[in-house]
Amino acid sequence: MTDQAVPAAPPVGEVTLEAGASGFGGAETQAAAVGGITRQTQFGNVRRRFLRNKLAVVGLVMLTIVFVTAVFAPIIATHPPRAQDLNITLQGPSAQHWFGTDELGRDVFSRVVHGTRIAVTVGLASIFLALVIGVVLGSVSGYLGRAWDALIMRIADVFFAFPLIIGAIMIILVVGRGVAPVIIALGLFSWATIARLLRSSILSIRESEYVEAARSLGASKWRIVTRHVLPNSMAPVLVYAMVSVAAAIVAQASLSYLGVGVPPDVPDWGNMISSGQKFFGFKDYLWFFPSMAVVFTVLGFVFVGDGLRDALDPRLR
Amino acid sequence: MGKYVVRRLLQMMLVLFGASIILFICLFVVPGDPIATSQGEGRQLDPSTRAALERRYDLDKPLPQQYVSYLGRLSQGDLGESYVYRRSVNTILKEKLGNTAKLAVAAIGVMLALGISAGILAAVFRYSFFDVLVTLSTTFAVGVPVLIIGLGLQNVFAINLRWLPLQGQSAGNRALILPAITLASLDTALVSRLMRGTMSEVMRADYIRTAYAKGLSKRVVMLKHALRNSIIPVLTYVGIAFGGLLGGAIITETVFNWNGIGLALVGAIQSQDNPIVLGAVTYGVLVFVLVNLVVDVAYAFLDPRIRLE
Repeated sequence: MTDQAVPAAPPVGEVTLEAGASGFGGAETQAAAVGGITRQTQFGNVRRRFLRNKLAVVGLVMLTIVFVTAVFAPIIATHPPRAQDLNITLQGPSAQHWFGTDELGRDVFSRVVHGTRIAVTVGLASIFLALVIGVVLGSVSGYLGRAWDALIMRIADVFFAFPLIIGAIMIILVVGRGVAPVIIALGLFSWATIARLLRSSILSIRESEYVEAARSLGASKWRIVTRHVLPNSMAPVLVYAMVSVAAAIVAQASLSYLGVGVPPDVPDWGNMISSGQKFFGFKDYLWFFPSMAVVFTVLGFVFVGDGLRDALDPRLR
Repeated sequence: MGKYVVRRLLQMMLVLFGASIILFICLFVVPGDPIATSQGEGRQLDPSTRAALERRYDLDKPLPQQYVSYLGRLSQGDLGESYVYRRSVNTILKEKLGNTAKLAVAAIGVMLALGISAGILAAVFRYSFFDVLVTLSTTFAVGVPVLIIGLGLQNVFAINLRWLPLQGQSAGNRALILPAITLASLDTALVSRLMRGTMSEVMRADYIRTAYAKGLSKRVVMLKHALRNSIIPVLTYVGIAFGGLLGGAIITETVFNWNGIGLALVGAIQSQDNPIVLGAVTYGVLVFVLVNLVVDVAYAFLDPRIRLE
C-alpha cells in the first residue's frame, strides 16, 4: 500500500544535515559543498539552531540538573533514603528535612533525590531497548521489504494495539515486579512506533540518488544500510526516542502508583505519590514534591526533544 | 473502498489474533496460583474442591488446549467466568464499560470544546498574548502526567474549594467533571496544537485571500472557509484519541475511584482474576483497533483527495 516511496530526493544540504546530526559519522556526505567559503559542518548548524531556541536550552539545563542529581544522589541527599525515624513521622518541610518526612520518618527530599536514579535509569534503558529492537526490525522491514516487511509490520501492529501501561502491566505480571521487569516491559511496548518511523524514513531514502550511486559502485547491502541509509533516516527516530524517554518515565511512575512497578520499599517517585495519597488533603507535600520531580524531568525531555526536532529539520516548524 | 475495508478487517483479525496470543501467554504463564488467591489468602482448600475449580476453569488441561478453548469462546464473544465473582466476565465488564464510555465521551466533549476553540483562537490571533498562553499551557499539559493533573485538580477543586466531589460517582454528573478534564488533558493540548497548526496553514491558502478579496467578513472567512478545511485532521485525531481513551483510562479511574474498565483491571490484577484481566484488555484492544479502522475510512469520506487502496 505505502510501498511507493516518495521519489524526489531531498536536496543535498538537508540530507547531510540529518547525517551529521545523528552522529553516525556522516562526514563522507560532504556538507561544506553548499557554496559557502567557510566550511559549515552540519553538526555545527544543528547545534547553532538548537542553542538559538530558548526553550531547548532551558530543557538542556533541566536535564543537566536531573542527570547530575542522579549521578551524585548519595552526595546530594541529606539523609539515607531508607533511614526510618519513628520519632519524626509526618513532619512538614523544615530546615532539617527540606521536603518534610513521611509516615515512617524518612526524609522526603533524600527519597526524591534517589528517585531520580530509578526514573532516569528506567527511562533511558527502556527506550534504549526499544531503539535496538525498533532499529533492527525497522531497517530489515524497510530495506529488505516484501515478506519481511509484511511480517514485521503485522507484529508491530499487534504491539501497537496495546496501550503502553496495559502492555507493561501484562509483562510485569509474568516477570514480576522490579526495575529490570519495568525496563523490559516498557521497552517491549515502545519499539513499534520506532520501527514504523524508521521504515517509512528508509523507504524514501532507499530510492535517493546517493544510495543508487553507492549501489552502482558495488557497495554491499550491509554497507549501504549501515553507512548510507541508516544515518540519514535516524533523525526522526532520535527525536521520537527523546520524547519516548519522557513517556517511559511517566509510565514508570504510573506503574508504581498502580502498585505494579518497582517494589514499594524502593525510593521511587510513583511509590512516593501513591503512599503520599493516603494523607491527601492534609499532608500534601508528601505527593507534591515527587510529582514536581516527575514534571521537571519530563518537561526537560520534552523541551530538548522539541528543540532537537526543530534544529534537525527546520522545515517541520 | 469496499475492498479496502475488507482488507483492513482481515488485517484487524490478524492483529487481534496476535494480541490474544500475547495476552494468553502473559496471563497463564504467570507464576502464582489464581485459584488460591481468588479464594482469599491463607484459606485451605480441600483437594476435591480445588480439583473441581480447576476443571471448571480449564486449568487442569495443558496450555495449548486451554488456548484453543479460550480462542473458541472468544470468537463467540464469550470471555469466560471470573474466578472471584463466579459470574460471566461479559456481564461484569458491561456495567463497567458503560461507566468508562461515559467518562470517555465527556473527555471527548472537553477535547472538542476546549481544544478546538483554543486552537482556532490561537491561529486567528497568532503571536498574540492568547496564542502564547495557549502554546505555553499546551506545553505544560504535555509535560504533566495525567496522574499528577488528577491529583492537582482533586486538591484544588475538591479539597480546598469544595466545589466538586473528590471521587466516586454518587454525585451524578458533577462527579464527571474532574475525571473528564483529567482524562482529556493531554489530548486537549495536542488537539489545540494541531488545530492551530492546520488552521494557520490553511489561512495562508489562496482561496482564503480570494474570500477576503470578494469582500467577505473575517468571521465568515474563518468559520466557513478556514475552519471547514482545517478541521479534518483534527477530527481524525480526536477519533484516534477516543480509541485510546477507553484503554488509557486506567490511571484516571484509579485516581478518581471511577468504577470503569480500568479500575476493574487494576483490581483484577491484584486478585489474579485472570479472566477479568483478559477481558478488560481485550475490550481495550478491540475498541482501539476498531476505532482506528473507522477513523481511517471516515478520513477518506471527509477528504476526497485521500485515496484508499
